Amino acid sequence: MREMSFSQAIEDALTQAMEEDQRVVIFGEDAHSLRMNLYTRFGERRVRPAPISESAFVGAAVGAAMAGLRPFVELIMIDFLAVAADAIVNQAAKVEAFSGGRWKVPMVVRAGCGGGYGDGGQHEQSLWGWIAHIPGLKVVVPSTPADAGGLLLAAIADESPVFFLEPKLLTDDLLDALGSGGRTTVTYDIPTEGQKGMVPDRWEPIPLGLAIVRRTGSDVTIAGAGVAIHRAREAADLLSGEGISASIIDLRSIAPLDRDAVLKDVECTGRLLVVDDDYRDFGLTGELAATVLESGLPVRFARVAVEGTIPFDPARERAALPNVDRIYEAVHRLMQ
Amino acid sequence: MLDSVSLYRKMLTCRRVEEAIAGLWQEGLISGEMHLGIGEEGINAGVLDHLGDGDAVALDHRGTAGMLLLGVDATAIIKECMGAEDGLCGGMGGHMHMFSKDHLVASSGIVGSSGPAACGFALAAQHLRPEKVAVAFFGEGAMNQGMLMESMNLAAAWDLPVLFVCRDNGTAVSTSSSSVTGGSLEERARGLGVPGKCINGVDAEVVWNEAAAMLDRARSGRGPSFLRATCLRPQGHFLGDPLIRMVHKPIAEMKPRTGPLVSSAISSGGASIPQRIACIGKIMAMIGRAARTQLGNAYDPVVRMRKNLKITSIELAGLEEEVELAVKNALEKALLSVPASIKEATQ
Repeated sequence: MREMSFSQAIEDALTQAMEEDQRVVIFGEDAHSLRMNLYTRFGERRVRPAPISESAFVGAAVGAAMAGLRPFVELIMIDFLAVAADAIVNQAAKVEAFSGGRWKVPMVVRAGCGGGYGDGGQHEQSLWGWIAHIPGLKVVVPSTPADAGGLLLAAIADESPVFFLEPKLLTDDLLDALGSGGRTTVTYDIPTEGQKGMVPDRWEPIPLGLAIVRRTGSDVTIAGAGVAIHRAREAADLLSGEGISASIIDLRSIAPLDRDAVLKDVECTGRLLVVDDDYRDFGLTGELAATVLESGLPVRFARVAVEGTIPFDPARERAALPNVDRIYEAVHRLMQ
Repeated sequence: MLDSVSLYRKMLTCRRVEEAIAGLWQEGLISGEMHLGIGEEGINAGVLDHLGDGDAVALDHRGTAGMLLLGVDATAIIKECMGAEDGLCGGMGGHMHMFSKDHLVASSGIVGSSGPAACGFALAAQHLRPEKVAVAFFGEGAMNQGMLMESMNLAAAWDLPVLFVCRDNGTAVSTSSSSVTGGSLEERARGLGVPGKCINGVDAEVVWNEAAAMLDRARSGRGPSFLRATCLRPQGHFLGDPLIRMVHKPIAEMKPRTGPLVSSAISSGGASIPQRIACIGKIMAMIGRAARTQLGNAYDPVVRMRKNLKITSIELAGLEEEVELAVKNALEKALLSVPASIKEATQ
């Protein structure tokens, strides 16, 4: 085992994938400076800076994947997906279905997601619910360095278009560039267990669509992904001091969604709280509510998610994103 | 007629307000990214000096100076940058997403989106405000964005009164724009039916004169134009730009990067040695480009404008004192009401 930061884990796993498979090529905005080490080692043919033309280079990734490469696209932030929406929603997502399963699109789009560092509502969205809404797309959201590397390998090996979303609050390089900018006068509420952690000596893929139980409890099940897992853990510590025992299920993958893992735990606790850094309406929280409802299990349900455009003002931003207080209060409401 | 003194006053005001914002950012009173227009005052002021009531402007993520030049209150802008409840947009937008309906000015942090917005503003002008125009500001990096190219074609097809202003500093975040751009930008605009010109954006008078002709054309119903104005931005893409940090503190900034870089260069497996050397050369060139933004006065539009002023040194000193005082007052006023929550959240 080695200790690595979230960003190091991603780059390390990416290096392994590029060593193992010549078809893996990286391109996207500022790929040469973002991936300076890979650029130096694998050259410009495999690590290529792109113009600010999301619809062109994401669209090109679809074609390249269809024609034999395994493109790894650097989109910087998932908010920019909106610019490349056609390539994803109408092209990448449809090829396998339209070809009767005969032609696949093995591509990965990596993008930063989420807020907590004051970048405003156009650069801090999570949007995985939007991606997961479209049949044919997969989306993963790691919460630890070990998961980041393992899920990244699985994403690259997968035959479908996969979004690899990287919570910016956990990644030191993105957070340094976009948040602090070298300043020591700002601090962010960074979950330390997510930003650094032990990783395997050699990466093994973590199957997509497999949740992991981070904590076992008997009173309430808290499900979520990414930063939410760390906030939930902190809330669960507080709650356990009051005799309330919470399970935490790290979904890791939003699509495919490990519904069974959630149902299995809810069967024991009878209460489900979904914590989501994405928008509340028509998203992951509603999807899991439908899942338990369809299962017929007797369950009380609550959710903590982003309810509107994320405010720039740091104080209101903190209140808008799922935080420990909101999770704590929601659990108490469920326990009443 | 060009009033050089007035233009200089505007440019200096932008510079001082943006320096004040940079100070607040350094102190930690502003969260997240901060894209300033220091080095672009000649372009911003040279174009916007021609605008009046009823004209509309679409700004990008670097819109603070544009807002000021259109008459938006400096205190409200500074407060918005800090996220204050009584800021220009109630603290909801921050510096990248400022709006003032009264001034018909909007901004967006999505690269290239000012093009379509300006087309819409111009279409509304055609219907509702004859002889009024719309201006779109963007960087040369945005020229490769589909929506911007589409909006140029739309403006040409519909004879929309739009001026497309491209502030060209040669670098898209960290990427050399020429390395990811085919052909010439003026030819590209011309190909889409929008006549264009490239000028030295450091010279505000040149910008002013060219913008005057292009805006006249738009006002008289002869359609859109494209103005590419070159500039240097000493702060890079945003405050704390890693490349600029490398230039200023090469040892501290390069030290953690050097080990992995050397190991990447010599690891077995990967590109050929000449290819790797070429990549290292390009990384050095990228840092070199950042270093060239620190050339100082020769490329400073405010310094250049000041040199050409035909006023006495006493008048000049008086003007500068007035600007300093006005900006100081605006800043003090903005700082009076910084909510404790902002200080807490950022410090």
